[in-house]
Amino acid sequence: MSPGHPDPAADSGDGETGAATPLLEMRSVNAHYGAVHALVDVDLAIYEGELVCLLGGNASGKSTTLKTLLGMLNPTSGEVVLDGEVVNDQPTSYRVARGVTMVPENRRLFKRLTVRENLDLGAYLRSDSDQIAVDMERIFELFPRVKERLTQKAGTLSGGEQQMVAIGRALMADPRVLLMDEPSMGLAPALVQQNFELIQQIHEAGLTVFMVEQNANMALSIADRGWVLQTGRVVLDDTAENLLAHPDLQASYLGTAEQ
Amino acid sequence: MTATLPPTTGPQPGGTQPEAPLAAPRPALAHDWRRIARMGSIAAFGQVFIALSNMPVRLDERLIVKPVLSLGYLVLLILPFAAGYRQGHQIKREGVPTYAPGLNEVVGGLSCGALAGGGLSLLAVLLTHFDLREPLVNWSPILLDLLAFGNATWFAAVIWLVIGGGMGAAGGVLRLLGPRIRRAVVTMALAVAGAAVLESLVVDLAEGLGLETLTDRLYARRGGVNWSSALGLAVVSGLLAVVGRGRFRQARTRVTELEGAKRTQANVGLILLTAAVLIVLPLFAGKLTNELLANVGLFVLLALGLNVVVGLAGILDLGYVAFFAVGSYSAAVLTAATSPKIAPEMPWLAALIVVVIIAGLVGLFIGAPVIRMRGDYLAIVTLGFGEIIRLLFLSDWLSGWFGGSQGITNIPAAGIFGLTDVAGTDPRRVFYLVLAFCALAIYVSWRLEHSRLGRAWMAVREDETVAEAMGINTVNVKLLAFVVGAVLGSFSGAIFAAKVGSVFPTSFLILVSIVILVVVIFGGMGNIIGVIAGSAVLIGVLGGPKQPGLLVEFSEFKLLIYGALLIWMMLARPEGLIPSVRRTRELRQQEMAQDAWLRGEVDDDDGGNGPAGSPSAV
Repeated sequence: MSPGHPDPAADSGDGETGAATPLLEMRSVNAHYGAVHALVDVDLAIYEGELVCLLGGNASGKSTTLKTLLGMLNPTSGEVVLDGEVVNDQPTSYRVARGVTMVPENRRLFKRLTVRENLDLGAYLRSDSDQIAVDMERIFELFPRVKERLTQKAGTLSGGEQQMVAIGRALMADPRVLLMDEPSMGLAPALVQQNFELIQQIHEAGLTVFMVEQNANMALSIADRGWVLQTGRVVLDDTAENLLAHPDLQASYLGTAEQ
Repeated sequence: MTATLPPTTGPQPGGTQPEAPLAAPRPALAHDWRRIARMGSIAAFGQVFIALSNMPVRLDERLIVKPVLSLGYLVLLILPFAAGYRQGHQIKREGVPTYAPGLNEVVGGLSCGALAGGGLSLLAVLLTHFDLREPLVNWSPILLDLLAFGNATWFAAVIWLVIGGGMGAAGGVLRLLGPRIRRAVVTMALAVAGAAVLESLVVDLAEGLGLETLTDRLYARRGGVNWSSALGLAVVSGLLAVVGRGRFRQARTRVTELEGAKRTQANVGLILLTAAVLIVLPLFAGKLTNELLANVGLFVLLALGLNVVVGLAGILDLGYVAFFAVGSYSAAVLTAATSPKIAPEMPWLAALIVVVIIAGLVGLFIGAPVIRMRGDYLAIVTLGFGEIIRLLFLSDWLSGWFGGSQGITNIPAAGIFGLTDVAGTDPRRVFYLVLAFCALAIYVSWRLEHSRLGRAWMAVREDETVAEAMGINTVNVKLLAFVVGAVLGSFSGAIFAAKVGSVFPTSFLILVSIVILVVVIFGGMGNIIGVIAGSAVLIGVLGGPKQPGLLVEFSEFKLLIYGALLIWMMLARPEGLIPSVRRTRELRQQEMAQDAWLRGEVDDDDGGNGPAGSPSAV
């Protein structure tokens, strides 16, 4: 049993048998860095309203997957499909404009720009200034702290606040699917917990979230489904509960065997 | 493991405690002598270097305060003073209590300064006994004579120890004084030095305004501020500094705290005032001042262009002179009748349109391969392109077009709608022309900085990968920065061609690129006012690559000074002369907090903004 979907319209996306087209999809994608074969026949499908995660250790190809989805890296073969359209040849800006947005690893705010400028840059491709203002207000509701810090330099914020701005900046793009690269990285343990609650909250507000994580326990505790990537290959593809219970994952990857 | 150590009171096994307990006062002579020796010998080395660079001898003719101090001696006083100040600063920062308050600082400064002066003493002795003229050109009796004030060697040896020690102690004392008095002292020194440096400018202006009597009193007949008037000037400025303490800052804060329409009004008022001064001033100024202003203006234009590329978009372009050259040469070819290949003899303004198009295209052409690189590689490639452009103009291959090393001469004056002709013979008109273009460039830069494009540039500067992930087309955006920079640079080039009346490849050496970059860094990267101030100080006072500044005597040592200034700047004020607020905060925040903590006080330099800032200020 997988957890119920908050968005009933995407119910058929539960599992891979549904008739609905995935929001974002990778079809047997291969990617190379020079001679290094970073992704090997990766198949992923993210449906509207899901909260899914991609797990894997260092150098397993997690970030490469994100880059490929966002168009910052071109796959050597296979297709990246956005809402039924093959977008292999489309630049990042095209995909961002159509609702794919990333929260980068380690937050990576524009440190010398103010919080407001960071948020404005999130909405770079949008021209609907009225709606942008509405979204900005929504972000302030979500993170009152961000509003207090608006004129401050982003680099002077604390780690937790920076995470809020990073998510806020991504939300300013009015995304349909949020790609999160290692949201727990570089945060204090207490903040990690808070951060995952935040992700869940955003997801419950109706946003599709695809996160890439090393912290499998934490990620699976809030995700619906997940994949495990090992040296560029998808080795496991299951619901979160099944993955958590999976012996291979328990033994080798999570390192929880001895507990 | 270390965390579980029990708190011990006795001496710890294995490690000795080098620091004395904080509470015990330290006798005045128990200094960190190693540090003093290190700093003193660095300063001594610097002194010898300055002496052997021939700066003192060459600059001895320029009087600062008549008859006491010449620029040549002044450069020998700076280092011991600075070393003493620095030493006092460090000792004071450590905050170790002493028996007599301040004694430590003074003794530290004195010994440091004496060491620095000792460098010159040693040099004087060596100068008498050895002849090293072969590798060191300036190893001469003239230098010895200067060091000994015309006396014997032993006198030089003693006097420089005394002078060095005195300056060092003065530096230490200055650090001891309260901030108010220190500010007054600094203002006094700056006022006298400023009056001396700006002498020719002030005299020139005074002539125009009919105030010769004033300047006659202030300055000695053969240059330099009179001893008595220097004293008077110092007293007046010191008083002003004490009385007007903080007034300026208060006024500024008041302006910055204004909101909305009032703020705009204040800004417009300020701009109009500046514009009025800049328009009226040249009418009363002579040739010299106008020439100087025109040169500064040309570099303001260049620096504003480079500022877009380096300051906003973060592309370190070391070959910016290329666009200056392209602007000059295309204006020359289009307007001059003597242009070797084609000579359309267009009027200057019409030619300018073509020049802009050409410069934009060249910007695209150079930019396209360059912007695919990052960081150091990009800088090196731009450096190469800068030279390539110059070598193309110099080459035999294109000499049929551009005259090779003969250049293009007899470039006509720039006609403005048939109203006036602007040529180098009338620097006032040149200045007005430059001023108009500067105003345009400032407006464009300012609008761009606050536009969507400007924000995209800053995002690319901060983090290119993330900028791309935000959907910014980084390639296009960076190319645009290159093109905007190229166009602004070509304006300067076109005016330069008309002003000088001829163009040669030697006018576009790599040095020009470096100077423009130094101006931008010195003034404050990414800040329009900083860039203008940087040009005024560097080009106006020290002089440009070929243009003399106010301190004509310095032209020989310009590069040395540029380098020293740049190093000092990077160490002491990385945000530039007039930093944008955004940069200071970012570069200084930790440091300022730390300083305040060390002094045990709250820093009052911080404009009075609360940590949270006010959202309404945007």
